Amino acid sequence: MNETANLPELDIDPYSAENLIDPYPMHERLREAGPVVRLTPYPSVVVCGRHEQVHAVFNDHGTFISGAGVGLTNFNLETPFRPKSLILEADPPLHTQTRTVLSRILSPKAVMQIRARFTEVAEQMVDRCVEKGSICGIHDLAQIYPLKVFPDAVGVGDEGRDNLLIYGDLIFNSMGPRNALLAKAAERMGPVTQWIMTQCQRENLRPGGFGDQIYQAADAGEITHEQAPLLVRSFLSAGVDTTINGLGNVLYALAHHPEQYAKLHADASLARPAFEEGLRWESTAQTFFRTAVRDCEIAGLPVAENSKVLCMLAAANRDPRKWPDPDRYDIDRRPSGHVAFGAGIHGCVGQAVARLEGEVVLTALARRVKRIEPAGPHTRRLNNTLRALDTLPLRLIPA
Amino acid sequence: MPDITFILADGSERGLEAPEGVSVMAAATGAGVPGIVAECGGSAMCATCHVYVDPAWADRFPAPLANELEMLECTAAERAPTSRLSCQLKLTAALQGLVVRIPERQQ
Repeated sequence: MNETANLPELDIDPYSAENLIDPYPMHERLREAGPVVRLTPYPSVVVCGRHEQVHAVFNDHGTFISGAGVGLTNFNLETPFRPKSLILEADPPLHTQTRTVLSRILSPKAVMQIRARFTEVAEQMVDRCVEKGSICGIHDLAQIYPLKVFPDAVGVGDEGRDNLLIYGDLIFNSMGPRNALLAKAAERMGPVTQWIMTQCQRENLRPGGFGDQIYQAADAGEITHEQAPLLVRSFLSAGVDTTINGLGNVLYALAHHPEQYAKLHADASLARPAFEEGLRWESTAQTFFRTAVRDCEIAGLPVAENSKVLCMLAAANRDPRKWPDPDRYDIDRRPSGHVAFGAGIHGCVGQAVARLEGEVVLTALARRVKRIEPAGPHTRRLNNTLRALDTLPLRLIPA
Repeated sequence: MPDITFILADGSERGLEAPEGVSVMAAATGAGVPGIVAECGGSAMCATCHVYVDPAWADRFPAPLANELEMLECTAAERAPTSRLSCQLKLTAALQGLVVRIPERQQ
């Protein structure tokens, strides 16, 4: 018996190079085929591409669990390639415990403490970019900024931070199939796993930083000392490659929409909504999965127990049922309810930090740069989960 | 379809009808009520949908959970005894006539 037999089916591979390079035609096909769709190449998967169902699945964590993995692999059937995340790949009650600790460390109040420092670094880095005039938006800004401020806030040393890029690339590739992208990312890992776990030890973390605060929570008995390093690891896997691409994608959006950048330049207080709209328009994390814990329904259609439910965040963020003129990047839009950070109990716990980074970088640009122009073709870094640029040549015209 | 009245920061009132089951935040943003930012979209992650529930109505909602209490410590405007995150307030038929006040700022 195949209980998902009567769902619409499309012969689409979301992980083909073609669809990773330009996912938007695929998104439209998925959304228009139905609220939940099967994929011929992946029989154990159903896909939601519309906003309503993506939001509903994320908000029903009792039916659609994370503990069996939030990528294509079903941890009920296959062993995860690394010890499971205690927050991302966990369900209540464990998740509640760890989430409480992380959300306190990353709360808006905590973010107020780091704002001045994050602003100062953004201004310095943007100043250097303006001096250069011609820059790579990724290597000269989108990458170096998060790689400086976030590990600083976690309390990681300066040495070897490029390892975080290799690690992030692997983590997000590992949520797709075992394809060439994953194999290549795994090849680069080598000693990086060991480096990551070394950084997660208390003695290597600056006292008072986010990482050390995890250990303080362990001292207080909120979590165990065995859990602490794995929670520090969550900072390192989820907090760098995500914001790098969030920044890179919004730079791309602004360079290709000069009329939008002109509005931002005229009013720097639009920095925060400009970043937010960038996340909606070109979502960093394109996909996350859940696993159906029982036979159930999505939008009245049957979904079998143990199905992997592929939530196409980036498609939901351009669903015309939710967003007027969805393909337009418009910084006057207030895209509250976009799912670039997910939604529900697993909604990105670091989103206040991510928004801070976006806001202060775009504010610094808005004040110093009159125009941002593309200065040559960009190149993409293909990843099974992330929408990522490899290079983004830009010319900055000073104010 | 309970009627809700929002008292805006400038003292003016906005009334609207909203379906049961949606949050006060979703009702407000859906109708374009100014002063509710709701940056995180309803995950109790940002404290930018802060409202003061009219004291006559405050006890009719379930008490805030730990995550909401945590966020209520992060509001931009002063926290009051009936401060809530409107994304965590679900509308029911029993809330016909609800009154909430919107603070001066959310960020």
